[in-house]
Amino acid sequence: MGLLSDPNRRRALISLLTRLNAPICVVCYMAGVAWFMGLAFEPFTLRTYMSENAMGSTMVEERFPAGERALGTGREFSAHKKKAGGMPVDWLVKTMQSRGLEVFTQRFSRRLPFPDEDKERYMVKGTNVYGILRAPRAPRTEALVLSAPCSPGDDNNQAVGVLLGLAQYFRNQVFWAKDIIFLVNEHDLIGMQAWLEGYHHTNTTGMDWSPLQGRGGSIQAALSLELSSDVVTSLDLVLEGLNGQLPNLDLANLFYAFCQKIGVLCTTQGKLQRNDWDSVSGYSHAVQTMMLMVMKQASGRPWGDHGLFLRYHIEAATIKGINSFRQYKTDATTIGRLLEGMYRKLNNLLERLHQSYFFYLMPSLSHFVSIGYYMPAFGLLALILLLRALDLWIQLATPPTFNLNPPPSQMSSPGVLSVLTPLVISHLTGVALYTLPIHFQEIAVEHFPVSETEAVVLTAIAVYTAGLALPHNTHRGLFVPPFNGWKVLKLVAVLYLAVLLGCTALINFSLGFILALTLVPVAAFVTPDVPKALSAFIMVILSPACTLLFSVFLFQELQEMPVSFLDGWMLYLSVISQGILDHALYGSLVYPLVALLVYPCWLLFWNILFWK
Amino acid sequence: MAAPLTLLLLVAVTVRAALYRSSLADLISERVEVVSPLTAWKRVVEGLALLDLGVSPYSGDVFHETPLIIYLFHFLVDYAEITFMLADVITAVALYLSVKDYNKQVFRKQKYALEADRYPLDCLELIRSPKEMQYIPLKVAMFYLLNPFTILSCVAKSTCGLNNAVIALFVLSTIKGNVLLSAIFLSLATYQSIYPLTLCAAALLYLLQRQYIPVNLRRFSFWWFVAQYAFMYLGSLFVIVGLSFFLLGSWDFLPSVYGFILSVPDLTPNIGLFWYFFAEMFEHFRLFFLCVFQINVFFYTVPLSIKLKEHPVFLIFMQLAVISIFKSYPTVGDIALYMAFLPVWSHLHRFLRNIFLVSCVLLACSALFPVLWHLWIYAGSANSNFYYAITLLFNVAQILLVSDYFYAFLRREHHLSHGLYLKRKDGSEATLVLK
Repeated sequence: MGLLSDPNRRRALISLLTRLNAPICVVCYMAGVAWFMGLAFEPFTLRTYMSENAMGSTMVEERFPAGERALGTGREFSAHKKKAGGMPVDWLVKTMQSRGLEVFTQRFSRRLPFPDEDKERYMVKGTNVYGILRAPRAPRTEALVLSAPCSPGDDNNQAVGVLLGLAQYFRNQVFWAKDIIFLVNEHDLIGMQAWLEGYHHTNTTGMDWSPLQGRGGSIQAALSLELSSDVVTSLDLVLEGLNGQLPNLDLANLFYAFCQKIGVLCTTQGKLQRNDWDSVSGYSHAVQTMMLMVMKQASGRPWGDHGLFLRYHIEAATIKGINSFRQYKTDATTIGRLLEGMYRKLNNLLERLHQSYFFYLMPSLSHFVSIGYYMPAFGLLALILLLRALDLWIQLATPPTFNLNPPPSQMSSPGVLSVLTPLVISHLTGVALYTLPIHFQEIAVEHFPVSETEAVVLTAIAVYTAGLALPHNTHRGLFVPPFNGWKVLKLVAVLYLAVLLGCTALINFSLGFILALTLVPVAAFVTPDVPKALSAFIMVILSPACTLLFSVFLFQELQEMPVSFLDGWMLYLSVISQGILDHALYGSLVYPLVALLVYPCWLLFWNILFWK
Repeated sequence: MAAPLTLLLLVAVTVRAALYRSSLADLISERVEVVSPLTAWKRVVEGLALLDLGVSPYSGDVFHETPLIIYLFHFLVDYAEITFMLADVITAVALYLSVKDYNKQVFRKQKYALEADRYPLDCLELIRSPKEMQYIPLKVAMFYLLNPFTILSCVAKSTCGLNNAVIALFVLSTIKGNVLLSAIFLSLATYQSIYPLTLCAAALLYLLQRQYIPVNLRRFSFWWFVAQYAFMYLGSLFVIVGLSFFLLGSWDFLPSVYGFILSVPDLTPNIGLFWYFFAEMFEHFRLFFLCVFQINVFFYTVPLSIKLKEHPVFLIFMQLAVISIFKSYPTVGDIALYMAFLPVWSHLHRFLRNIFLVSCVLLACSALFPVLWHLWIYAGSANSNFYYAITLLFNVAQILLVSDYFYAFLRREHHLSHGLYLKRKDGSEATLVLK
């Protein structure tokens, strides 16, 4: 407290901070970025280790024998799927019943706010089929879920086959202490959403579904399986869920441990892990893997069917079979054994998975960075905002000498008004950006030759762009803005941005960091005195919409699927429509966050740039 | 001045009425920051249901409000929203009138002092002008009515709003110099939540000052007045408690209300300091630390009264802040009450040292409460430590805020008696250091 209470030291500290404000900000920015890039460097990361005792010390023996038969069932499923032209409900019910499960179905229907052109659906009707294997050894208070999506076309038949094979095999074993629910969900996430809402008696998104007739205990963990070929080269673990939520790290550890034990190639983000961390290519490989995770997390959408479980406190992951032209082959029996092992370990759980981390980034499957290591990268960026705010505060607190004694009441009331007007107007623009696209699609379709989806996306872009024209009109009000009005506005905007980014980074670090990376420089440098045209250009480049555009290109680049500019633009449009759909269907928060808070905040800085 | 106040009241009531009709009302009334086990509307409804069934509302350990409140809502339950809006309006108007009166007195005192040449010459810039003081009452009402904390509290129908109204009426009657009403409202406030008991000292000091009775322990007139006030206070407290007994027909409410406040059995997280500490503690230390924590509220009365005996209204402000920081089930409504007084001390701004830091921290914490609650309760990825860290930071910021105002007030008084530009003995410029 000496620093705060001793006036001389305070004065020294404050003068230091104001004099060196710009250099300190630049250094902080560099340090933040460098820290972030350093996270992928292996010596700075921790090796993963199993924290949960119930899963760590016990040995299990995997004996699943029936891989070939499972693939046969998969082919049978595929035939029935083709015949039924969708989910073969009757066949599935019969097959599950013959394997000794309690089988139930759930019907659901959902009208999307506008047609989804990626997946070609608008009016969605479907049925989920699930079978419960009752735990023979314990009161049925807890459950595990194994799910496989029933996808259109020829995908994922093998996953359903393996699921049914495992059901048959698990039925004959006596050591299950938790109910095991085998779920085949139609229409991927929409079906999963219907099932989860039915299971937990909630309805957050206004979907129609028939209530579930049978239930297990409270679900402890869930795995979703995606296999599209008889033989896979590697298994990929997908962790990113809704709103960037991640399952407990122990689930990833469990998967990794069993892959090591059984000898299956395992990847995360589709990238194998490499041992040459000290070489440049090894490091850049780790950076790519981590960046992919960051971008997927920042998107806030579920990257597999497991993504919706996380909302209900259920640790879940998707295991995806990848088939590339590598030499290494894994057959269905091995995959079955892997899953058997994982379920037997999960069966041993005494309490929910909570021992290990929930906030982490993974530069490879065997290494992770925890919240304590990655938060400083964000903290350094947020510090810039606080330093700028402090600088502005001091400038405002020591007014120029010629108006030493202005009556404060008269000073403050126009000041407050001149801040309030842009604040209200930019937030109203945000509300327009949030509500107009969906409400105006019908009008847009009538008057312009576009489809509904295009109408929604183009309206969103139009509102966004129209918002840029606003600042010219906001302060032509009844009063003359005071001399230092923009400083007050900037102080408010900078603090607003700092709080906003801080909260975002706590919920979804990746999103917060990416937004901070582009918005913090804008917030730091913008004043009415800088050259208008150049700064306006830079600000537009660093605005949230352009950030999204760059992210799309960067993401394609990282996935080693670079796209041309035109394809990238089409992808960008579809990403926007997917973002709006994710919000409407599953309650993803990224679209409202950007539309209602981030964009208005950016508009405030745009306002400052054109302050007269 | 009536027109802006009316406009302000209209705006405030409109905002509240709109929020009552929106879907946010249910969400807000569930927030632990806004309602405590004492003040939650849900619990009042439960108590009413029990009362209608002919069961004591205190059976079942849900309802912890006082009997008078439940009988009030027995008649007013259909008009609950209007009652809460009215309570806020009463609080704001009472604060408005009392601050107006207080400012008049301050100005009169300053005039006498100026005429008597009591201020040093270089202090002229510290002298307050009527122009600057003109809008302060309105600002006080605005700070109370448009404070998001008050709005949230009112929309959640937290009975904290009623307690605030009683305290505001107490402040008004004290400042107007009405001894009997002051004692009655103070006893009502005490009856509601015990802690306002500490305002007794401030009220006494103010009333003594107003009647020109010196605070002198050897004077009979001093003791006579204290005895009068104590008699009125205790008498009305006795009447209120007796009334509660006759309404209810049993003494159930004593352990269920006051026992609940003092022994803190409900450890639901809130913005206070108690819940985490007592959730973590070994059971056999509980009584000791309960005493330590509860004494905090009452103990500061003594040094503050001695230091601020010339400035009882500032003492009331300090006491309200101390109560809202250290009470066992604080909500944002309590904070709103003492924050409404901040414009009264706007002339201290040049002496405040940490106001920027403190307001940043308060702002950030207010935003982080719901975020960390979400991460802890819904996402399950954070835990109680995260939430408590923010609670702790929030309270530290409040303490810094209050002590900053305290320091600024004392420093201004010091300057008023010793001159603004202090010189050391050797003639160089001196600075005041708080140690």
